[in-house]
Amino acid sequence: MSRAAAIGRRRGFSHALGELLRAFNTNVTSWIGLGIFLTIVLLAILAPVLAPYDPLEQNIVARLKGPSEQFWFGTDVYGRDILSRLLYGARVSLIIGTTATLIAMVVGSAIGILSGYVGGRVDLAIMQLMDVLMSFPTLIMGLMIVAVLGASMGNLIFAIALTAIAPFARIARAPTIAIKQRDYIEACRALGYSDLRIMAVHILPNVMAEIMVMGSLWLATSIRVEASLSFIGLGLKPPTPSWGGMVREGFEVILDNAWLSIFPSLAILLIIFALNMLGDGLRDAVDPKLRGGE
Amino acid sequence: MAEILLAVERLKKFFTAKRGFPNPETVTVRALDEISFMVKRGEAFGLVGESGCGKSTAGRSILRLVEPDSGRVTYAGEDILAADAARMRVLRQKMQIVFQDPYASLNPRRMIGKALAEPMLVHGLGTPTEIEERVEALLAEVGLPPDSRWRFPHEFSGGQRQRIGIARALTVGPELVVADEPVSALDVSIQSQILLLLRGLQDKHGLSFIFISHDLGVVRWFCQSIAVMYLGRIVEIGPIPGIFDEPLHPYTQMLRRSSPVPDPEIRIEPARFGGEVPSAVNPPAGCHFHTRCPHATDICRQIYPAWREVAPGRGVACHLHGS
Repeated sequence: MSRAAAIGRRRGFSHALGELLRAFNTNVTSWIGLGIFLTIVLLAILAPVLAPYDPLEQNIVARLKGPSEQFWFGTDVYGRDILSRLLYGARVSLIIGTTATLIAMVVGSAIGILSGYVGGRVDLAIMQLMDVLMSFPTLIMGLMIVAVLGASMGNLIFAIALTAIAPFARIARAPTIAIKQRDYIEACRALGYSDLRIMAVHILPNVMAEIMVMGSLWLATSIRVEASLSFIGLGLKPPTPSWGGMVREGFEVILDNAWLSIFPSLAILLIIFALNMLGDGLRDAVDPKLRGGE
Repeated sequence: MAEILLAVERLKKFFTAKRGFPNPETVTVRALDEISFMVKRGEAFGLVGESGCGKSTAGRSILRLVEPDSGRVTYAGEDILAADAARMRVLRQKMQIVFQDPYASLNPRRMIGKALAEPMLVHGLGTPTEIEERVEALLAEVGLPPDSRWRFPHEFSGGQRQRIGIARALTVGPELVVADEPVSALDVSIQSQILLLLRGLQDKHGLSFIFISHDLGVVRWFCQSIAVMYLGRIVEIGPIPGIFDEPLHPYTQMLRRSSPVPDPEIRIEPARFGGEVPSAVNPPAGCHFHTRCPHATDICRQIYPAWREVAPGRGVACHLHGS
């Protein structure tokens, strides 16, 4: 009996995995996007091993050196190695970006599913609130919150997450409304399941695909917003390396030493490009096939 | 006379919607306009009518999947509509539903074994081992192989899915099953299999059915009593032989004539009265059926006929059969 149960579980797992793989295989660009993104993640994790120099170590003798064999991406105004700072900066971008996106994903989906499931006036009130949140451009909202609360990592995450909750709520609500009218949800009610069980066990898995796609796209946005905030000086305090902050530092000497800004800009470009490819590919694969049905 | 299991009295459900722009008018759909009927224990009670006549709403209101506006539903002496949430959870074990569309009634992401075990887990009906055994027994009972437990709904045919839907309804050990067009989405050959299965379950477990259908042939075979609905109202109630041999209401007569008889020797006169079903938004004044009725008189156009009991268990709402 238990062996059969184990096989059953494995089947359930492989079924979900197979679905994901199918989604990937229909679109090669998702694989490329995923590959680039995972490489960046790996580089960020291995930063202490890979980085040739201490990202904070100043070297006045070697300031503003161009790319060379000794400093691949050159050095900045304080003689710090740009490659090392990029590797460590990736950690900041990824931690803030993923944490904020995950929080927004969990909170936003919960709000969206609840709103769609309950319906009526509650739905109306919640969605109007979400529209108000959405009417603030992401950057302006982040700017206000960080300006008021101060630029700590926690506040940055909070600010970015807050702006991303509304889109997740929307993306989770729409399929919830479609699914809650299906007979199998009515069967759940006839069988006396609690609303919480219906939402968590029967609706959530059916809207998960949409949420995941949105997640990969919003991860890109979160990283971009973090970089933007750092660029205008509302990011983490120097000397902590962050990509946006590095662009800003390089901006002051851009006419003479362009590489200071170019390399972190390219890094931001690359990760956002990779995540958008991943998200677009997933969305194309997920949209027609999984919506509400088998 | 058998015990009354379910009594529905003057059950009413209107749906309202706003229609039009820029000055929306509120439209009211009279899905259920004070219907009353009774189901005896162990009986299959048929609810027939054209689509849109409110028969599905009736089934759902009885289970409180749709909250009716007014009326009474009494199950084994207990007022269901007055039950609180906790009591309702208990009552839900007694009353279950089987849906029409077997493709929409199963969660595509739930393995069958889990889908069948879940209701028993939720209601605490046994230890995990007992529940597993019960799932296997249920699958066998509805005629599915034991390894169905590890499969997903999309791996089954329509008829098999309907069997799963029936098994799910049986998990909690109900006494009354609302079968909402349980075979109308299936091929004819599969229909008979499912009907035989339901009949077998009825005999074995002493189940009562509210059997909602538009197929008179199916209802005639499966049910013992029948109520005919037209635009949210019941126009005729009676036992199966009576209704089929001697339909009183012109609408029942029309339905009767539209239903084919599988015998080339019998020539039934085709139904002469056609016409569209009027909208339930604005049902005609007087008797709702007068627009299509060949016997309509002035009174039919003005006053809705009172309910008249012509024999025990046999009633009709028609001026032709008035005092």
